[in-house]
Amino acid sequence: MTSAPTLTAPQPAAPSAERSAMADLSQETLALTKRLFLQLARRPSTLVAGVLQPLIWLVLFGALFAKAPEGLLPGGMSYGRFLGAGVIVFTAFSAALNAGLPVMFDREFGFLNRLLVAPLRSRSSIVIASVLYITSLSLVQSIAIMGTAALLGYGWPGAYGLVLVLVTLLLLVFAVTGLSLGLAFALPGHIELIAVIFVVNLPLLFASTALAPISFMPTWLGWLAALNPLTFAIEPIRAAYAGHLSLTEVVLEAPYGDLTGAQCLLVLALLAVGLFLLIRPLLDRKLS
Amino acid sequence: MIELQDLHKRFGPVEALAGLNLQVPRGTLYGLLGPNGAGKTTALRILCTLLAPDAGSVRVAGLDALAQPRAVRELLGYVAQEVAIDKILTGRELLELQGALYHLPASRLQARLSELSALLGMDDWIDRRCGTYSGGMRRRLDLASGLLHDPALLVLDEPTVGLDIESRAAIWQVLRRLRDQGTTVLLSSHYLEEVDALADRLAIIEGGRVIAEGSPTGLKSALGGDRVTLRVREFSDEAEAARVRQVLQSCPGIQQMVVNRAQGHSLNLVVENEAVIEPLRRQLAAADLPVFSLSQSRPSLDDVYLQATGRTLMDAELAVAGSRDPKAERKQAMR
Repeated sequence: MTSAPTLTAPQPAAPSAERSAMADLSQETLALTKRLFLQLARRPSTLVAGVLQPLIWLVLFGALFAKAPEGLLPGGMSYGRFLGAGVIVFTAFSAALNAGLPVMFDREFGFLNRLLVAPLRSRSSIVIASVLYITSLSLVQSIAIMGTAALLGYGWPGAYGLVLVLVTLLLLVFAVTGLSLGLAFALPGHIELIAVIFVVNLPLLFASTALAPISFMPTWLGWLAALNPLTFAIEPIRAAYAGHLSLTEVVLEAPYGDLTGAQCLLVLALLAVGLFLLIRPLLDRKLS
Repeated sequence: MIELQDLHKRFGPVEALAGLNLQVPRGTLYGLLGPNGAGKTTALRILCTLLAPDAGSVRVAGLDALAQPRAVRELLGYVAQEVAIDKILTGRELLELQGALYHLPASRLQARLSELSALLGMDDWIDRRCGTYSGGMRRRLDLASGLLHDPALLVLDEPTVGLDIESRAAIWQVLRRLRDQGTTVLLSSHYLEEVDALADRLAIIEGGRVIAEGSPTGLKSALGGDRVTLRVREFSDEAEAARVRQVLQSCPGIQQMVVNRAQGHSLNLVVENEAVIEPLRRQLAAADLPVFSLSQSRPSLDDVYLQATGRTLMDAELAVAGSRDPKAERKQAMR
C-alpha cells in the first residue's frame, strides 16, 4: 500500500481528506461484513440449523412419496427429484428471511448507535454489509443442500444449470433480504420480527410449487402458488435440474397463462428492485 | 468548542430539554451535573448527532452539527452511558471495527491500539471476548473506542456509574491527562464529588435547562458562609431538634438553620464565619445540651446545588427514581 510521492506533505490533522470516498466506503463495509462473519464463525448454530432444517425436509419428505404411482408427477419425475428444487429455494429463502435479525439486535442493544455516531462515508454500508453477508450465507447453505440432494440421487444441474440456479437464488435472496431488512427497521423489536418470520415461512412454502405442482391444487391455491415469489424461483430451477436449460422454455403453467424461465427471473428481479425502492425511505429515515 | 443554543426536545408528554444553553471552551474538562432525568443524556445525544432537537442550534468547533453532522462526527468521540458491545468479538476486534468506521489506516490503527491498550491497562484481556468482561473492563474498552481516532472533543455520558474504585480512578486519570494534552472533555455525572474533583467548569442542569454555571470553586465561594453540622446526640428526635433550634435562635451570626430528618435530626447551619462557633457552644452548654458532634466546612457543590434548586441532589434523585420508565427511554434511543 505505498503511494507515489506527492508535492505536499500529508496533513495528519485531516486523515480522511486525502482518501477517496470509495476507499472509505469499502473499508467500512468490509469491516462491518467481517463482524457478521466473525459472529457466524463463533456461533455457527445459524449456519448448521439453516442446513439441517431443509435437509430433514429433503430426506423425510422425499421418502414420503417414494412409492407413489409412477407417472403421478408431470414428466414422470420421481418425487425426490421434484422436491429437490423446492427445498433448495426454501433454504435460500429461510436464510434471507433472517437477514433482519442481526440488524434488529443491533438496534435493540444500541450497537447501531455506535455505528451511527461514527463518520461513515455512507450509512448504506450498514445495509450493504448485511446483504453481502446474508447472500453468501444463503448461497453456501443452498449449495450444501444441492450437494446432499445429488448424493440422495435427486440429480445435479450441470455447470450451466448451476449458474442458472445460482442466479435465480441470488435474485430471490436480494428480494427477501430487502423485505427482512425493511421489517427489521419497521417493527418495534426482535419478538415481533421473529413472529413475522415464523408466520410467513411455512405458509409461503406450502402455498408454492415446492411440494406439489399446481395441477394438484384446488383453483384458489393454484392462484396463490402462481403468485408466490417462491414459485418463480422454484420453476426455473426445477427446469434446470430436468435439463431444460433454455430460458425461453415455458416453466410455469399458471392459471393466468404460461411463463418462461426468463419471465420468472424478470419477476424476481423486479420484485427485488421494487422492495429495495420501497424500503429505501424507511432506511433513510432510520439511518439519517 | 461547543455551543448549544436554546435547545428544545420533547418526547411525547415529557419535555426533556427546555431551552438549554451551554458553552464549553476549548481544552477544558467540563462537567454536566444533574439528577437522573434532568436532560443530560438528551443534550449529549443531540450534541453527538444521534438525535435532532425540536429547536435550537448545535455548533462544534465552529461547525453546525445539524447541517454538517459527518464533519462533527469526525471530531468527536462519544462514550455512551449504556455500553453497547458485541459480546462475541474480542476487545481488539471491536476496536479494529471501530477504527475502520473512522477510516484509520491499518498502521495508525495498530499504533493507537497498542497505545490505548497500555494507557487503559487492557493488555491482559484485550484478546478475550467482550462477553467475559466486567463492568470496569467494558467501560475502559468503550473509552478506548471513543479515543481511538484521537478526537478533539471527547463526550462521556456518566462514565463511572457503577464502577469499582480502581476503574474509576483509572478513568479519572486518563481524562485529566487528555485535558492536559489539549483535548476538550465533556462529561455528565450525577456524582457531585466526581464533577468537583475533575471539572474545570461545570453546569448544573435541572428540568432540561442550565440553572448554574461556573468553576467549582467559583460557584462554591459565591455562596459564602460556612456550613456547620451539629448533632447533640447521635440520633435525636424531632422534639429535641426543635429545642436545639429554639436555643440557637438567639445566637448571632447564624444565617440559616435546617433540621435534616434523613440524618438523625441533625441541624445544618449556615454561619457567617468561624467566630460563631464559640458562642454557639456556650449557648448549648448553658441550655444543658450535649454536643455529640459539630463539624464545620466550606460550602460544597451539594450546597451549590441546594441553593440553585431548593433541594439536595440526593432528594432530586429520589424524586425521579420511581417516575422514570427505563423501557420507554430505551425505545427513544432506538433507531
